[in-house]
Amino acid sequence: MSRKESTFSNMVVTLFLVTLVSSAALGFIYELTKKPIEDALLNKRTLAFNIVLPEFDNDPVNEMYRIAVEKDTFSLYLGKKDGKTVGIAVETASQGYGGEIKLIVGFLPDGSINEVAVLEHKETAGLGDKILKSKSDWSTQFEGKNPEDFKLSVTRDGGNVDAITASTITSRAYCEALQKAYNALITGGEQ
Amino acid sequence: MEYVLIIISAVFVNNIVLTKFLGICPFIGVSNKVDTAIGMSGAVTFVMVIATIVTYIIQHYILVPIGISFMQTITFILVIASLVQLVEIILKKVSPALYQALGIFLPLITTNCAILGVAILAVQKDYNLIESVFFAIGHAIGFGLALITFSGIREQLELADIPKGMRGVPIAFIIAGLMAMAFAGFTGMVK
Amino acid sequence: MSQWKNFTKGFIKENPVFVLFLGLCPTLGTTNSAINGIGMGLATTFVLVMSNLVVSLIARLIPDKVRIPSYIVIIASFVTIVDLIMKAFLNNPGPNFEPSLYDQLGIFIPLIVVNCIVLGRAEAFASKNSVMTSLIDGFGIGMGFTFALLLLGSVREILGSGSIFNIKFIQGDGILLFVSPPGAFLALGFLIMLMNKLSRKIS
Repeated sequence: MSRKESTFSNMVVTLFLVTLVSSAALGFIYELTKKPIEDALLNKRTLAFNIVLPEFDNDPVNEMYRIAVEKDTFSLYLGKKDGKTVGIAVETASQGYGGEIKLIVGFLPDGSINEVAVLEHKETAGLGDKILKSKSDWSTQFEGKNPEDFKLSVTRDGGNVDAITASTITSRAYCEALQKAYNALITGGEQ
Repeated sequence: MEYVLIIISAVFVNNIVLTKFLGICPFIGVSNKVDTAIGMSGAVTFVMVIATIVTYIIQHYILVPIGISFMQTITFILVIASLVQLVEIILKKVSPALYQALGIFLPLITTNCAILGVAILAVQKDYNLIESVFFAIGHAIGFGLALITFSGIREQLELADIPKGMRGVPIAFIIAGLMAMAFAGFTGMVK
Repeated sequence: MSQWKNFTKGFIKENPVFVLFLGLCPTLGTTNSAINGIGMGLATTFVLVMSNLVVSLIARLIPDKVRIPSYIVIIASFVTIVDLIMKAFLNNPGPNFEPSLYDQLGIFIPLIVVNCIVLGRAEAFASKNSVMTSLIDGFGIGMGFTFALLLLGSVREILGSGSIFNIKFIQGDGILLFVSPPGAFLALGFLIMLMNKLSRKIS
């Protein structure tokens, strides 16, 4: 097949047209998918709240507070039922073995831990990923414990937490993230 | 210190080829000789750092302010493609010696997913400009380290008596797997 | 060449992964389970078919010197479309908050744009062939790619997690090496060897 001759003007015009049509098409698709994408992100968050908070009837996203502890800022979400605060979800993170571990921790108003969900992690499959509820029930040992009298560090460091076998670094990071969340909760409670 | 950590993490812990699986095509394709591997690594380093700086500026001063960050993929790849052309032209004029060394690798770099991958990752990680530069340098060194070591091993391999079905690409993958195992030993080093 | 041959060539004879060694990054990076492999394969197939279609339609109108940049823009547009659609509709986490398919594939979705298979087919095939032939070619190569990813994903999931399509058939862990990065290289190395043997037997 014959190739089309290239002149300066027809190259400019072609590239301009191709980009114009592409951008227009993309803008159109973007508008179409905008709502579903927002819904999907919202749905993700709501799902996390449903897991970590006790039953609530408000939208915790509307009850968001930013709390600064030292140099980190934490997002706190209040879950309310009949206007009364029933739980507080705190987003927290710390450096694990393979990368950052991001958690969302649900606290009851008295400061005890209700449930924890892992938002993101890069821990080793079969070892560090036991922090996931779907892989082992290791994380249930935190439920109902109040960090006030439950020391959030592994037994080897003098705490109350049984570390995951062969994954001490992951366990330490998990505890550290919980402790950070608790500190943010206490600081937030004072404000 | 923070910058040193970014580099160590990028070179060893999160090695772009052996743990992130980016830039595999040149890793397998141009690793028969140490000389070409060195040339390729040089060209990649060059383009990766410049591309990360330029895409950083585009992302934060054009795409985000006017709210079209969904155009990220299309703008980034166009920027990288034109950048490669530009580097080629400038290099030819300014330093014919360097052009001789890197020239033939430049056209291959546009479709090297390591370049686009690092640019996108730097944006995703919310790095500032200086952190992004160190992130790019680290990953480029990591790429070079993996590629040059690998080509050294493959040169030796020519003398080895390999089972017939394994010759060529299959044995290359087995070796890459063994190297990835060695690099897995670095996990947990950066905390 | 008949259209049937045109379609099936991507599976064994011109398989992008096992024979041509193209698109290796997503092949290794997204195959820790069979489902992820299929997801990645189908996303790439969509881009391949659509870009082949558009390129074969307008190839005659594009001046020679701006061919590649134009193709890149077209491919990047379809990649962005796939990205947006997956972000909207395949972005629901599992009941235990397992990451969604979109999150699992992560950066490899935008990186379809630098997958050599896509640009390669546009430049070497679609720009020289009729619309129908290009469509079938894109679909066939895409399916061959998906087949390779599914095969590698299944092997890694069976050995590594003791499950297939998330259905467990052994208690406890599998050979964890195979779901980790080194296992990806090893499994692909052995698979290429087997496929070499197989294709030599066929021909």
